Amino acid sequence: MYSDKVMDHFMNPRNVGEIENADGVGTVGNAKCGDIMKIYLKVEDDVIKDAKFKTFGCGAAVASSSMATELIIGKTLDDAWNISNKAVIEALEGLPPVKVHCSVLAEDAIHEAINDYRVKKGLEPIHVEHKDLHGCEEE
Amino acid sequence: MKRLVYMDHAATTPTSTEVLNEMLPYFTEKFGNPSSVYSIGRETKSAIEKAREQVAKVLNADTNEIFFTGGGSEADNWALKGVAMANAGKGKHIITTSIEHHAILHVCEYLEKNGYKVTYLPVDKDGLISIDELKNAVTDETILVSVMFANNEIGTIQNIAEIGKLCREKKVYFHTDAVQAVGNVPIDVKEMNIDLLSLSAHKFYGPKGVGALYIRKGVKIQQLIHGGGQEKSRRAGTENVPGIIGLGKAIEIACLDIQGHAERLIKLRNKLIEGLIEKIPHTRLNGHFEKRLPGNVNVCFEFIEGESLLLLLDEMGICASSGSACSSGSLDPSHVLLAIGLSHEIAHGSLRLSLGEATTDEDIDYILDVLPKIVERLRNMSPLYEEYLKKGGAVNV
Repeated sequence: MYSDKVMDHFMNPRNVGEIENADGVGTVGNAKCGDIMKIYLKVEDDVIKDAKFKTFGCGAAVASSSMATELIIGKTLDDAWNISNKAVIEALEGLPPVKVHCSVLAEDAIHEAINDYRVKKGLEPIHVEHKDLHGCEEE
Repeated sequence: MKRLVYMDHAATTPTSTEVLNEMLPYFTEKFGNPSSVYSIGRETKSAIEKAREQVAKVLNADTNEIFFTGGGSEADNWALKGVAMANAGKGKHIITTSIEHHAILHVCEYLEKNGYKVTYLPVDKDGLISIDELKNAVTDETILVSVMFANNEIGTIQNIAEIGKLCREKKVYFHTDAVQAVGNVPIDVKEMNIDLLSLSAHKFYGPKGVGALYIRKGVKIQQLIHGGGQEKSRRAGTENVPGIIGLGKAIEIACLDIQGHAERLIKLRNKLIEGLIEKIPHTRLNGHFEKRLPGNVNVCFEFIEGESLLLLLDEMGICASSGSACSSGSLDPSHVLLAIGLSHEIAHGSLRLSLGEATTDEDIDYILDVLPKIVERLRNMSPLYEEYLKKGGAVNV
């Protein structure tokens, strides 16, 4: 069901944990749906120096979080913002159709974390329409 | 070599060597069509009748009340659709439960689309229906009550004899999906007033793709598969001869010492349940503590998700199952776990370990060693657990 890459990132997730006094934190998802993703950012000069995550979810959710943090570390905030769920899927060498929503969660979590950073810096958050691919009603 | 601990006997069991050996000649030298008049055909016909006797004996039924099918789902479909169609003149109301297998629930949905009314009885926190609620649900229009013998997920065993007694008093047919129960608990269709019963061979060390429907003599039922005159013209299609032979042998072996088999499994099961609850905080046992299948363990671990658990268990050679949404490809967790009152959050962290013939004490020790570490690993990755710890540990199981 999962590619070797997904299984590798599930079995050996990169960047698990939390960042004390993180510059930005984004939490998305809903326990009711079975997925919650939380991404922490450490930012210096508009560049993401470190990212960590915690995820409650399936194998694809963990792998998507792991890959998403790998993709954004070292990127400018603008470049990180533009990392789409498709980029996460490609980097994971594919996800089963029923698990695509996990990559969307990862994209949403990055956006939430960057917006949290912006708000903390006194900037306007960037408006974003979350793609509702979860098929699970919010509580 | 990687250790393999198979703990998913509720999903399927391996065909036993004894059963396989019984089946093998019917693929090659004893290959005659049971409908043929010549001797090799008559020989297979007679072997099928022997299997029918083996099934009938175990259920305390008559041989002419046993009909072979292509599995448990076909038997369930036949029971519901067949009774519904044959008795539509009497009424179009069926009563079932909210925790049935999809082979029942999806048929009920189909029947609802075709003008039938279905009442889905709720269950209590242990997964048991209320006999009083069943009694109140029966109307003059009711033609059938279908209540599963034992639940495939949480293992709860219903009060079948009481349900059967009530149905007989109310003159309503009683069907039970006994796919998980046969071979694990004693069943007597006469004593329990069961009118129709579904079973499937691969749940008790027989082959896959073969099952049976017990139909009490006198029950009005239409056939599901039309064609030739096999199975007394009630289920057409050339018989799955090796499968039927395997089913007969498997049921005979499974019920030879059903009590001893159950006692051994209950001991192992209870050790596993107690060990998990003791070693892993925030673990909840699902299903009735005593009225449960001998080999069924179903638990929820708070703060984690079931599919991740299954993948890590697989890495350690343990095959298990989950009622988590993600493991099924759907996004909703198991309807059974929701029906017993679990929140979505808790239901997502479910794990079913079903023990069987080959399960040993060492297997249980191995699971009790491995599983707590896996749960801890996932909890350390869980934002829900982080939140719980930051709040100082307010548990909400």
